[in-house]
Amino acid sequence: MAPVFDYAPAPESRSVVDIAPSYGLFIDGEFTDAAGGKVFKTVSPSTEEVLSEVAEATEEDVDRAVKAARRAFEKWSALPGSERAKYLFRIARVIQERSRELAVLETLDNGKPIKETRDADLPLVAAHFFYYAGWADKLEHAGYGANPRPLGVAGQVIPWNFPLLMLAWKIAPALATGNTVVLKPAETTPLSALFFADICRQAGLPRGVVNIVTGDGRAGAALVAHPDVNKVAFTGSTAVGKEIARTVAGTRKKLTLELGGKGANIVFDDAPIDQAVEGIVNGIFFNQGQVCCAGSRLLVQESVHDELLDSLKRRLSTLRLGDPLDKNTDIGAINSAEQLARITALAEQGEAEGAERWSPACELPENGYWFAPTLFTGVTQAHTIARDEIFGPVLSVLTFRTPDEAVAKANNTPYGLSAGIWTEKGSRILAVANKLRAGVIWSNTFNKFDPTSPFGGYKESGFGREGGRHGLEAYLDV
Amino acid sequence: MPTTAPHALSDVTASDSTLRRFLHGLPGVDAVGLEARAASLGTRSIKTTAKAYAIDLAISMVDLTTLEGADTPGKVRALGAKAVRPDPTDRTTPATAAVCVYPDMVATAKEAVAGSGVKVASVATAFPAGRAAISVKLADVREAVAAGADEIDMVIDRGAFLAGNYMKVYDEITAVKEACGTDARLKVIFETGELSTYDNIRRASWLGMLAGADFIKTSTGKVAVNATPANTLLMLEAVRDFRAQTGIQVGVKPAGGIRTSKDAIKFLVLVNETAGEDWLDNHWFRFGASSLLNDLLLQRQKLATGRYSGPDYVTVD
Repeated sequence: MAPVFDYAPAPESRSVVDIAPSYGLFIDGEFTDAAGGKVFKTVSPSTEEVLSEVAEATEEDVDRAVKAARRAFEKWSALPGSERAKYLFRIARVIQERSRELAVLETLDNGKPIKETRDADLPLVAAHFFYYAGWADKLEHAGYGANPRPLGVAGQVIPWNFPLLMLAWKIAPALATGNTVVLKPAETTPLSALFFADICRQAGLPRGVVNIVTGDGRAGAALVAHPDVNKVAFTGSTAVGKEIARTVAGTRKKLTLELGGKGANIVFDDAPIDQAVEGIVNGIFFNQGQVCCAGSRLLVQESVHDELLDSLKRRLSTLRLGDPLDKNTDIGAINSAEQLARITALAEQGEAEGAERWSPACELPENGYWFAPTLFTGVTQAHTIARDEIFGPVLSVLTFRTPDEAVAKANNTPYGLSAGIWTEKGSRILAVANKLRAGVIWSNTFNKFDPTSPFGGYKESGFGREGGRHGLEAYLDV
Repeated sequence: MPTTAPHALSDVTASDSTLRRFLHGLPGVDAVGLEARAASLGTRSIKTTAKAYAIDLAISMVDLTTLEGADTPGKVRALGAKAVRPDPTDRTTPATAAVCVYPDMVATAKEAVAGSGVKVASVATAFPAGRAAISVKLADVREAVAAGADEIDMVIDRGAFLAGNYMKVYDEITAVKEACGTDARLKVIFETGELSTYDNIRRASWLGMLAGADFIKTSTGKVAVNATPANTLLMLEAVRDFRAQTGIQVGVKPAGGIRTSKDAIKFLVLVNETAGEDWLDNHWFRFGASSLLNDLLLQRQKLATGRYSGPDYVTVD
């Protein structure tokens, strides 16, 4: 027997999900065509296969959706919290029941591995609805006064990296606090939001409480600018976030922005090395690095740099890239051709600026959008790849000598969303965490999410918090 | 195989304090992270050809074990026959790696597997407690080796280890290794359940390897917590790092509590993705088990016929 343990393909069945050839907008409890009659295609990033056609919302459609949400708001906000909780619990349970279907759907539409949609996305989606369902009848105990009131209609625009999870982060607290919602999913990943529309109907949610308008940036802009929207919540790029902030400025709309990041993952010389390697991998290769809080800058203490890099490279050589529906796939496809081009350009710039590029031997599929896991060593703060968010599976490795230097470098970024600290010394974790300017700081772990934990950024990573008790504030008149 | 610390690390064992400093200077283990990694490797989906390969490999790695006070020559002979010919209905089934018995049963076992290539392993050194004078332990080992044991499974003195008396443990292992001579390979059992922390398991692994262990083994199978995916993963990291540093390859043997094919395959995934394919061979990886084999055989039959048979289609020995 030659010692080769090749894992046979273990693809998850596509037959558990039934994708219609076309979808309309979900407004006032009904699927309707767009006013302009235009549609766009959504493709599977791993194969470039067209999955479905989706209606492209116009300004008129957005207006219709906001009006429906406004009408529904009167009744929805007047319901006792315990009644709203029932709907949210029902939605959470339906999500659990349909989680296999939704995981496959999300993998098809987004390109991320089934392992992640099945084990990370979907459990978290359900958990968020359960968590905020629990808050719906306890708002007076949330610390925002005796009778905190909802804001009204929330206009929510979400990205393509965690389509259903970002939907849950936005919709669950909005509904729990008595708001109604118009949500625009990303252009490249609209399907799970449309399936969610069906779940709302299945759960008997009153008409108009949740409305889904699909389309590109223009639909999003129309939603953000709509005069009858009381609250805007956006997750996405910093550039778009700034535009939204300009649009909303001077209006009475409440705004939360969850934007880009360039998270520092700091490894001290006394770190648990094997687990740090896992944390680094999880920090930057989870969801192909298309994570705003990715640990995309690895700051390693010089004394363990070589040892750590050896371990890291060996570990990267075991990552399995390929068909995202295969249960053994660790690295799936990049979400779109456009994103792939951006990652490619930034990686090339890293090389041109003199950083040393390394990838494990790895065969990329012929069709679809793929980028091999990549790391750059010899990176300094002066390199573009240490400053710009790449939003792909590209890790920049920098070094430091002292804790102060680590903190200085970690904070030396226009962003401030996440950071990681790896050390066996508890007092150092606390001391360093206190000095880092980032919304989430993980110690001896990375990319762990929980509905009870607030999430949000400093500086150009945005403002406001989602998740936890703090996440309620963004949807309450406080 | 060296009987003392490998050259690259010879300074380490110069004194009690250098040894302590070295063991305590090993990178720490984050329990949450270690267990998460073991669990995530446990979700690998092993199907069809990969499964068939894994089952045969697992069968060939079993140390078929009987360690009871009630062991008799008859029982040991039956075990030997089963090790040589695990599935009488299918002669393509590989033999197990070894049979593992108490020292007084070595001669019987040796006879039972004669000519088959199946090894005889014996648990010596006052197994499972290890609470005996060193002279008794060494005598135990010499008797087993003299009776023909190919492999000696020794238990370390957990008391000495937990008391921080690393040099005593080191000396005992080197003495036992010497008693094994050149014929018998030495497996060092840590009883990881009693060492209690992952940091201790990593230190014990290095201590064992420094002292010349040919194999490091999780447990005796006689305590509450035996082999787990996490402690085996940790030991696989240790042998991988030890080879990188010294060039010496050491085997790993999880023992106790591995009962199903599914579990065994998960361990093989750990081997494959942690230490690497160099360890996917019964010279470098073993399962200490008694009931695992029958489940492997049932799964093998299922793959061959497409149907599940039942407990009466495998032997009870």
